Amino acid sequence: MNGMLELKSIDAGYGSFQALFDVSLDVRAGEAVGVIGPNGAGKTTLMRVISGLIRPIRGSIAMEGTDVVATPPHRIVSLGIAHVPENRRLFPRLTVADNLKMGAFMPGARAHYAERLEFVFELFPRLKERLQQMAGTMSGGEQQMCAIGRALMSNPKLLLLDEPSAGLAPVVVQQVFELVKRIRASGLTVLIVEQNVQQVLRVVDRAYLLEAGSIRAAGSAAELAASDTIKQAYLGV
Amino acid sequence: MQSFLDIFDIYLLEAVINGILLGGVLALLALGLNLIFGVIDVTWICYAELVMIGMYGMYYLVQVFHLPYWAAAPLVILLVALLGAALHFFVIAPLLTAPPINQLLATGGVLFILQSFATVAFGIDFRNLGIRLPVLALGEMNFSYARLLSFAAALIGMVCVYLFLTRTFTGTAIRAIAQDRQIMPLMGVDPKRIYLVTSAIGGGLAGLAACLLVLQYDVHPFVGLSFGPITFLICVLGGLGNFIGGFIAAFVFAEIISLGGLFSDLEWGYVLAFAFFIVMMFIRPAGLLARRS
Repeated sequence: MNGMLELKSIDAGYGSFQALFDVSLDVRAGEAVGVIGPNGAGKTTLMRVISGLIRPIRGSIAMEGTDVVATPPHRIVSLGIAHVPENRRLFPRLTVADNLKMGAFMPGARAHYAERLEFVFELFPRLKERLQQMAGTMSGGEQQMCAIGRALMSNPKLLLLDEPSAGLAPVVVQQVFELVKRIRASGLTVLIVEQNVQQVLRVVDRAYLLEAGSIRAAGSAAELAASDTIKQAYLGV
Repeated sequence: MQSFLDIFDIYLLEAVINGILLGGVLALLALGLNLIFGVIDVTWICYAELVMIGMYGMYYLVQVFHLPYWAAAPLVILLVALLGAALHFFVIAPLLTAPPINQLLATGGVLFILQSFATVAFGIDFRNLGIRLPVLALGEMNFSYARLLSFAAALIGMVCVYLFLTRTFTGTAIRAIAQDRQIMPLMGVDPKRIYLVTSAIGGGLAGLAACLLVLQYDVHPFVGLSFGPITFLICVLGGLGNFIGGFIAAFVFAEIISLGGLFSDLEWGYVLAFAFFIVMMFIRPAGLLARRS
């Protein structure tokens, strides 16, 4: 296993507000890594800084050796990083088909549009039935499938999932985590940010605990699940 | 009495059909403006002046350089498309994050620049292509070929834009960017490029409108005033940025102008149309097909 994504000493924020302080993190090829922590810890900022939606104030990000910070935001996806943003952010008044099409916008992905579509339909047969439906009119779970499907259309190596269980009914949350397992099984590397600590520790290999913009703990999923601080603060035991 | 009604009905039918023919060109103009507004979120106050420049382009290519009409038209469409892209690049792009009023004033400034430029460069004479198309007589009704041709070309232009927006990756991105600007980089889309393409298409539609309007109207530096305001009213009535609303509103306006002109003078048709607009603004301030939020 070699390092795929490497963040070194990242400081980031919005205007004068700093959300991340000296965050270092790495994801190896084939791994599933979780970032857990409370609301407002900077988890979403971390995702946005990796996919280029905001630029770090300091620090470096490398994807398979390529400097992500020096890459224009719209070219980061062609490095193999696909980001499923918080709240899904589908195009609500475009059909499911058009949303998936947007995921394959990059010239490199357009060439494989048909194969990628087949791959997404295999993972989410439901989307095939809903192709001509407006994305905004689907249920939360279906929208999450569509958002993940859209990200997979670019044929990524690394999938960034930001709070995939947010705003979903408990039954659907279970389904979403099942999906994450299946995506992993298809060979993708996954970095997932979640407040739902108990669930996420079951699907990831390793996890980082992010609190108030800093990494407070790191370790294997089992280690973190067994640690007293996490038990008391997040697992309610 | 009976024979009087018969004649009246013929005129009524003629006016209705002429209204539909006028509506096609107005819908074309409205689509260009709506596209720019819906995608880039700016209003090109100078839109009709781009049409005016295109009409001069047709005049010079056909009358001075003696190109046939069908060869001059694609050149003019290309010219105005480039003008639209240049307008975006030099005026809009630096002001994208500026308050809307500044963008409005800037494109308003371009309006006066283009009008003054045309006055200095081309003079204030009324000019035309010197092409007089025949009139089609259907029973007792008369339709000018210029209008029929314009209507057909406007429809073809709109169908082309529709196919581009729905069938291509770039077209899909143009529709998507209007719904969520911030996440476009995650799709691998460079918003700057999409804005430039959209501006070129908006300009191209103005160029096509110029090729069609120059068949029916003389060109002079202030000809933009004849259809600029009405295009804005159509877009506002249809709901700014709403393509289908703009399409419907164009035909509503065209019918009011055409039928109003039948019952009295043509100018009264315009008065009626503007009065209708004011009343509608009280009833449906967000436009005919306003989205319920």
